[in-house]
Amino acid sequence: MSSPTTPALTIASSPLQLPRGLIVLLALLAVLILLVLVSSASGAVRIPFAELPRLLFGTPTSDEELLWRNVLLEVRLPRVALAVVAGAGLTLTGAAIQALFRNPLAEPGLIGISSGGALGAVAAIVLGAPAMIWLAPAAFLGSVVATSLCYHIGKRQQGVGGLLLTGVAINVVCGSLIGLFTYLADDNQLRSLTFWNMGSLAGATWSSLAFLAPWTLGLCLLLLRQWRALNALLLGEREAQHLGFAMKPVRRKLVLLVALIVGPLVAATGVIGFVGLVVPHLVRLTLGADHRWLLPNAMVAGAIALTLADWLARVAVIPAELPIGIVTSLIGGPFFLWLLARRAF
Amino acid sequence: MLVAEQLSCGRNGRAVLEGVSLQLLPGEVLGVLGANGAGKSTLLATLAGEIAPLAGQLHLAAKPLLHIAAETLARSRTVLPQSPSLSFDLGVREIVAAGAYPFPELSPRELETLLARTLALADATAFTARRYLALSGGEQQRVQFARVLTQALAGKVVGEYRVLMLDEPTANLDPRHQLLLLRTVSALAKSEGLAVLVVLHDVNLAAQWCDRLLLLADGGVAALGSPDEVLIPPVLQAVYGVAATVLPHPASAARRLVLFG
Repeated sequence: MSSPTTPALTIASSPLQLPRGLIVLLALLAVLILLVLVSSASGAVRIPFAELPRLLFGTPTSDEELLWRNVLLEVRLPRVALAVVAGAGLTLTGAAIQALFRNPLAEPGLIGISSGGALGAVAAIVLGAPAMIWLAPAAFLGSVVATSLCYHIGKRQQGVGGLLLTGVAINVVCGSLIGLFTYLADDNQLRSLTFWNMGSLAGATWSSLAFLAPWTLGLCLLLLRQWRALNALLLGEREAQHLGFAMKPVRRKLVLLVALIVGPLVAATGVIGFVGLVVPHLVRLTLGADHRWLLPNAMVAGAIALTLADWLARVAVIPAELPIGIVTSLIGGPFFLWLLARRAF
Repeated sequence: MLVAEQLSCGRNGRAVLEGVSLQLLPGEVLGVLGANGAGKSTLLATLAGEIAPLAGQLHLAAKPLLHIAAETLARSRTVLPQSPSLSFDLGVREIVAAGAYPFPELSPRELETLLARTLALADATAFTARRYLALSGGEQQRVQFARVLTQALAGKVVGEYRVLMLDEPTANLDPRHQLLLLRTVSALAKSEGLAVLVVLHDVNLAAQWCDRLLLLADGGVAALGSPDEVLIPPVLQAVYGVAATVLPHPASAARRLVLFG
């Protein structure tokens, strides 16, 4: 602490030097684009990689090319796009929830969004919804109700602990109701239940993406802008308040944004675990916890992770495919254990 | 100016302190002393606008403190809480830069200049590029000090009222850095016209660096005045419950030296 009149020193980084977070972000974007191309070319119908540009932008000249083009445009690309959108949304909200709860083990599932959505879908199946089309709104409704309930009861308690405990309680309630519905289900319903509980990207269509993609990405942009508040939260709730972030409105805004992003995603893909938990953690280990760079990098890394998982799910047991939730848990679970064993939180 | 009149403070409706009246004057360091549990931190939290006063008046620039929005208040009131923690590892630079979050209008260049200045003032320049959680407790304290100095000095124009509140800022520091911190605080109060409220445990540090002292005891104000006026054996006995001897300081006869027991 020299005297207050010490002349200003200049800190190392020159304005021309790109921040590390930006370099990593650009690299991740390049990886994502490459992966999207590779993934859309592979599966039960193999499409030669070199043909992709011509199939996308040209007119087909043979029956084989027509088939490839149809597979690419109607099956692969919507599915890969859903993987990108869902991966980005689940991971970004995971990173935000971890900062809000100041706990690296937190994820949207923790405050009841995922289990609420699952309960909604399971209830719709077992109570005899006439068509699969009822699953999505039921799941969306379930997540929003569970999250609002969690938020309104949780905010009666001081601090973040109340919200967390309420989330645990709501998860228990949803879990037991799902168990009850599973017990009541007949064989046909059980098959749909399993399929839905494990998560799937197979239902992707351009018409559902036309709503889901702009909705998710738009809300993600709003969430990205909260990086200062999330950084301040890492210092503590009092400190965030001292830095001008009134805690109640900030918490309300964050919980609402997360529910609005995750609810429709759960409705579209079922329960896909671990992406929102492991990926933000991994990015934080690499880049540090500064949310200015953590959030956008986590978003792209999440898109990569889910696209990769979906690709593996489709190529591992051709011509069948694995449920994507199984793949993310199979990779994510052991990976998470390895992280835990390797260094303390 | 921050003005409190007949303030009662406490949490959950139970008053810890009653009848506190004070003004935090620009350019002045007000030290708050008292035994454990005397209500020093409660008073600081009330004056910072964190908890509502149970009774009495509390105004900043003639407006009731509780009616000022958090983001507006953060531009004129800065707090360094006791034992700050961090849940995830941030870089030192990002933590210090957080002090400028209430001032989004600063240009990157102005921010760099400000950070260089506050890191130097807190003697934290050497670990600018390090991770916060890798630092020792004392080093972390200096980083937090740099953060609040950033908030207190960001975009400040001459004559603007800013108040800086420090809750036991010297707790984790070695004697040299205790002196450096309080010297910096005192010099900034004079040069920048900051109003400073600092909670301290060390009576002699307080006597050396504070312009006025507020002593708390028995749920109220035991004394408020210059160190010479208030650091007298009967007051100290009432505040701390032990006998105290007050001598002229060997290094400077104008100062008091308090010995307990």
